[in-house]
Amino acid sequence: MSSTLEQKIPTIEAIEEGLAGQGYISSRQIATALFLAVRLGKPILVEGPAGTGKTELAKATAGFMNLPLIRMQCYEGLDESKALYEWKYGKQLLYTQLLRDKLGEQLRDAATLDEALARLDNVDDMFFSERFLEPRPLLRALREPIGCVLLVDEVDKADEEFESFLLEILSDYQVSIPELGTQYAKVIPIVLLTSNNTRDLGDAMKRRCLHLHIGYPDARREERIVQTRVPHVQASLLRQLVHYVQNLRTQDLRKLPSVSETIDWARALILLNASQLDPELVHNTLNVLLKFEGDMTSAGKLVGEMTHQAVRESQHGMVAK
Amino acid sequence: MSASSPFGRAAEQAQSSDMLLRLLRVARGAGVRISVAEAIDAFESANAVGYADRQALKDALTLTIAKSVEDKQLFEQCFETYFKRENTALSGNLAEKLPPPSRPEGEGAEGEAQGMGGEGQGAQSRLGQMLLEGDLAGLAAAMERAAEAAGATNITLFTQTNLYARRILDRMGLAELEREIARLRGEGNAELADRLAKARAALGEQARSYMERQLALFSQGTTREIREGALRQVNLSQLDRRDVQRMRQLIREMAKKIAERYSRKRYRDRRGVLDTRRTIRKNMVFDGVPFRTVWKRERIDKPRVMALCDVSGSVANVARFLLMFLYSLHDVLADLRGFAFSSHLIDVNDILRRENSDDAITKILEAIGFGSTNYGKSLEDFCGMALRSVNRQTTVIILGDARGNRNEPRVELMGDIFNRAGRVIWLNPEPQPLWGTGDSDMYRYAPFCSQMMTCNTIAQLERVVEELLATAR
Repeated sequence: MSSTLEQKIPTIEAIEEGLAGQGYISSRQIATALFLAVRLGKPILVEGPAGTGKTELAKATAGFMNLPLIRMQCYEGLDESKALYEWKYGKQLLYTQLLRDKLGEQLRDAATLDEALARLDNVDDMFFSERFLEPRPLLRALREPIGCVLLVDEVDKADEEFESFLLEILSDYQVSIPELGTQYAKVIPIVLLTSNNTRDLGDAMKRRCLHLHIGYPDARREERIVQTRVPHVQASLLRQLVHYVQNLRTQDLRKLPSVSETIDWARALILLNASQLDPELVHNTLNVLLKFEGDMTSAGKLVGEMTHQAVRESQHGMVAK
Repeated sequence: MSASSPFGRAAEQAQSSDMLLRLLRVARGAGVRISVAEAIDAFESANAVGYADRQALKDALTLTIAKSVEDKQLFEQCFETYFKRENTALSGNLAEKLPPPSRPEGEGAEGEAQGMGGEGQGAQSRLGQMLLEGDLAGLAAAMERAAEAAGATNITLFTQTNLYARRILDRMGLAELEREIARLRGEGNAELADRLAKARAALGEQARSYMERQLALFSQGTTREIREGALRQVNLSQLDRRDVQRMRQLIREMAKKIAERYSRKRYRDRRGVLDTRRTIRKNMVFDGVPFRTVWKRERIDKPRVMALCDVSGSVANVARFLLMFLYSLHDVLADLRGFAFSSHLIDVNDILRRENSDDAITKILEAIGFGSTNYGKSLEDFCGMALRSVNRQTTVIILGDARGNRNEPRVELMGDIFNRAGRVIWLNPEPQPLWGTGDSDMYRYAPFCSQMMTCNTIAQLERVVEELLATAR
């Protein structure tokens, strides 16, 4: 059924290239996950620290495969009517008001109550039809004629009941709407669920998904990522700042800087016309990388030492363990 | 696809799926949880990426099987060890141990040239030939086959190593080799017989080390399971010192599992009480006509726990594990206060939060000393210190054998606690028939306990803690 999708990504390498074309530097494991997701028709559960490109992956995938991206943000209290479908009640009410006369006319010459009811039955069907159906993200994703990338963002924020409801859709790619019957997916969508680990997801959910963990990238991948995102950055500065961030992640901090923060930092350094890291510069811009007062003070003490280390290492082209 | 014959492909597939099955077993043994559904997925994904590219296979399997970071690391380790094994059924040093192949001396080369006839003079049995020729690949294949036939992957205990090694050798044709050596000696060809005997010894060693590797791979899980199963049931007051470490690990795992289950906010519908505000909001889309009702919900609070632990003598060990358990659960408990007592009672909250559990217990014992247990005095201390903060949400857990050395038990204080607290649970390490015998005041305290139970093993502890969380108000 999804053979056209399969053809779009014949090999794992093709996915890596495709994602890179969208400015998303993937790892082999990420590409393999997508490759399998399309072939096995399984959702991918993406976990990892914030700011490592989980949401971005969905966007890049949609971009290079030329598919629409449908995004659903999860939150506590999200339910079927907001995620799957809802009837356009307002429109229904309005129409009944407007059509009241017409209805009266129709029913006037009905001889018996039974006949009137039979006529009303038809009207009822009319009111619960496509015309009054408001598809929400999940139903929209199933109905896309060429398939789509469905991003269910931060699924860990949703309630447990919603998680179980999601399971049903994700395992069969079908939902039943009582008034309309069962709706099947036209093309099985590529589903990405992201989670920040605010709570552990149920085992049943994990079992049905491919599990992809996107951690902090290694120095080489991070360099490439920053390079694509901030093309103006000088090669020497790039290496120094990436080394600095990599070292920073080995420290005992409350919130480690993620890739998005590295990118922000690179942009900040360019705005300041820096061509080299030096302790004072790092000290002044540390608030771009670190978001907690405690982290700032503990990392601030080591700025001088770590800056020199980063500069030294980048010259040797070595990555500190 | 490829032009290979369907039969060949099927055979190849059968072989790789055997390989995959074994790998899954190794992973399960190492502690990765793999359901049947996931095993099926593993096969599908392996078929999708193919078996040729090992890195891709590893990535694909990691994605389908391992569902947490720890599991991923575990699985990747298993994958590496497994394939290291696959590659070298025989470890390299067999080549050194084997007597040098006889080819350079001319005899072997001759044998090769003369084909079967020449070598037949050297050794007639297939095994003997391979040993003399130093045919490592052949030996490795034969050993794999024999191991398979002997069911080597079923090994569970290290004491079985020799048994299985022997079985492997038997299946490789050891008996024949023995006969041959005997025959050669009989014929006076002592030199060749010696060489074969030496090779046989080396092979035996190989088989044993092969089985040791199998043991390391396949038995990990089973032996651990047996051991942990036993540990759960073992009497805590008689715990072996060397098991303490393992027990601590076990408790941490159990606590994590329980914490996961209870870490969310939990609600319970109060049927029949309408939540007007939320009902109106929900039915705004129906023009205010209340089609959908929303009931008031009650939040299930995290339990507030006060634990009073007797730390004298035989109770100390149970107390240590209870405290360890409770403090690993601090995430799902709203308020936890630990007290330890013997001749008097002290607040041990700070000690337990700061120190690791081993030092903490020693520290506590130092602080209290080893006076004779006095329940009356301890209850008095507790009431002075904390009775005011005991309320309906509090569960008071008392752990002790209720043997107060004939001191005044101060039952009325127990009554005060019972009246204020939501629940009082008394855990007694002694079996029930012993309650109330000798200096035990258990039954005098009994009227003021909502629950009394024997608690002497980890399994019982787990049940207590589970119940505590499940029925909290």
